[in-house]
Amino acid sequence: MACLPDSKKKTTKKTYSYNMISITNLSKAYGAQTVLKIASLEIPKGQSFGLVGNNGAGKTTLFSLLLDLIQPSSGHITNNEVQVNTSEDWKPFTSAFIDESFLIGYLTPEEYFHFIGELRGRNKADVTALLSQFEDFFHGEILGQRKYLRDLSKGNQKKVGIVASFIGNPEVVILDEPFANLDPTTQIRLKGIIKELAQKEGVTVLVSSHDLMHVTDVCERIVVLNKGEVVKDIETSEATLKELETFFGG
Amino acid sequence: MFKRFIDLQWKSFFRSSSLGKSLGIKIFMGFMMVYLLVSLGGLGGALYFILRKLVPDESPMWVLSQYLIFWLLAELLFRFFMQKLPVMDVKPLLINNIKKSKIVNYVLGRSMFSGYNLLSLVLFFPFAIVLTFQGYAALNVWVWFLAIMLLVLCINYINFIINKSDRAFTIIAAITIVLFALDYFGILGVKAIFAPIFHALYAYPITILAPLGLLLLVYAINYKYLEKALYLDYALKSKSKSVETADMAWTKRFGTLAPFLQLDLKLIWRNKRTKAQVWISLLFVFYGLIFYTQEIYANMVFMHAFLGIFMTGIFLSNFGQFIPAWDSAYYGMMMSQNIPLRQYLESKVLLITVSVVVMFFLTIPYVYFGWNVLAVNTACAVYNLGVNIPVILYFGSFNKKRIELDQSAFGNMQGTSATQFLIMVPVLIVPIVLFGLLDFLIGFEVAVAVTIILGIIGLAFRSKMMDKIAQQYAKRKYGMLAGFKEKNN
Repeated sequence: MACLPDSKKKTTKKTYSYNMISITNLSKAYGAQTVLKIASLEIPKGQSFGLVGNNGAGKTTLFSLLLDLIQPSSGHITNNEVQVNTSEDWKPFTSAFIDESFLIGYLTPEEYFHFIGELRGRNKADVTALLSQFEDFFHGEILGQRKYLRDLSKGNQKKVGIVASFIGNPEVVILDEPFANLDPTTQIRLKGIIKELAQKEGVTVLVSSHDLMHVTDVCERIVVLNKGEVVKDIETSEATLKELETFFGG
Repeated sequence: MFKRFIDLQWKSFFRSSSLGKSLGIKIFMGFMMVYLLVSLGGLGGALYFILRKLVPDESPMWVLSQYLIFWLLAELLFRFFMQKLPVMDVKPLLINNIKKSKIVNYVLGRSMFSGYNLLSLVLFFPFAIVLTFQGYAALNVWVWFLAIMLLVLCINYINFIINKSDRAFTIIAAITIVLFALDYFGILGVKAIFAPIFHALYAYPITILAPLGLLLLVYAINYKYLEKALYLDYALKSKSKSVETADMAWTKRFGTLAPFLQLDLKLIWRNKRTKAQVWISLLFVFYGLIFYTQEIYANMVFMHAFLGIFMTGIFLSNFGQFIPAWDSAYYGMMMSQNIPLRQYLESKVLLITVSVVVMFFLTIPYVYFGWNVLAVNTACAVYNLGVNIPVILYFGSFNKKRIELDQSAFGNMQGTSATQFLIMVPVLIVPIVLFGLLDFLIGFEVAVAVTIILGIIGLAFRSKMMDKIAQQYAKRKYGMLAGFKEKNN
């Protein structure tokens, strides 16, 4: 039922101006074991892109490669024409939340947001203004709590990390498993936020998830990884959820 | 069931991911431990003869009884710092089919085999043997030994009761100091009061019932407390306090460095281990007192150079050797953000520079021991600033071990690898040898001058070196990221 607005959207098909992210002959191997192998994948600017797959399918590996946190065994990724493992010029317009290792435990949420803001060239007022838009999302449990991030619950930590990735008008936002650990209300709100980012502001959003329902709700395109390879590349439609369920169930 | 608990314990030790990886460090620590125990044992064996010699007209047993109260209090304070009740490990057991009483008995029983109990055992066992051979009544001696061991176990459990509060620590520390002072200044004969009590343990074997009773009592208190506390929201939960946020507007004058400087200051002040480093560093100012006051070292230039490098550079080496591992918990974020590595490192340089300058000012009073001392310390401070800061940052790029910030600093070897031992060579040994050699071959003034000049050269090329070091960090980033991900090393 939640899919309704999406299916409406699909009828007015989006036209993309150019490819934001291009993957060419990418592979990552540890010893003899290849964990990721993608010959070619293009993600246009402003697309909300969903990545699904079982544990060990290579989702986090792909995101880590995108952020140059690990080195590719072969091939490369370009992000807005910048090759990520040779130049750092992709950093100003790219942001991500992968896991709690992106948080600084001994800061309060406010301090953390402001720190990220300074790294991304935003002053305190800018950050505060941005945060005020997320008051609903925070549900009164984040700001003004006088607690360090390490003392927040897992779900609240996640909220902080996700919102921090929106600071500084990034053009590419990468979120690994953003829905896990969040309460239902927040999940629904987050879906709204992600959709808005991609549709109104032309942000390229990359989301991975184990929850097929959420990705089909949010993403215009879904890629299924299995054992490190792209096995499906679907433009989301009403039939998508069924298709995915059959794939993973059968 | 107990066998199974022990089995779990065994596995947790041998299967910890650290065992293989840092075997070298384990061996080193083990070696230090053995050394400590052997020394204590040696002291125990010699204790009888030492006491005999120091106080010829009193029985060693009596002399020892006078001081036992202080030994026990000191052990309690020592344990307060070092020993923690290992309740956290029982979390997974709670929801399984095991009676709570069994878990509690296991936790408490296990602590009987704690290494801390070995200290007294190793000290007093040889002492008791010597006493037996010296013709003391065997029964009395060994019952006394047993009584002392019971007292040690009492200390073990009392520590768990008081460990929860800092106030208890303050009170016990105060009592210890007051008792010692009262006795020392002859106001109250504390030793005279406690001596008969402890001596009675030797003179009348039946009095062993007293420590036994005490042990049962403290065990029961612990048992009661733990049984009630075995809930997730009670003893097993780590507490969180409401925190003050600091604005630190004054850091703004450092321009682009400001965010990193703020982060580093918060890093140091809000985490146990880093905070302890600051206090330890400050305490080491007094290190000089041990050496400057002794005739033997008065003319040893080597020693003076060592003290100069060491005292002005203690924070430099304590903090600097683990850069960037202090940030290991969130290094992935740092590396995917738009961070100029150069500024990230500059902020650390600034902190260390301030520390060297502060430590230098604190060592100025040592001029009391001669102008030479001041000259050496000045030269060493300049050398630390110019040469050692870039050197330690360079070696930092080899760090690949994660550090959990909120763990205690005492005896914490986390993040330690061969790098930390290698660092000692250029940072400490090279300048000392250089200074000593120059002093020996040419003269004191030349040694001072050359050390200062080296420091100034370092400062002149600081910017160039920092560029190279930043490149080094960029090059090794993947290895660092992979290493920092591994927990429990």
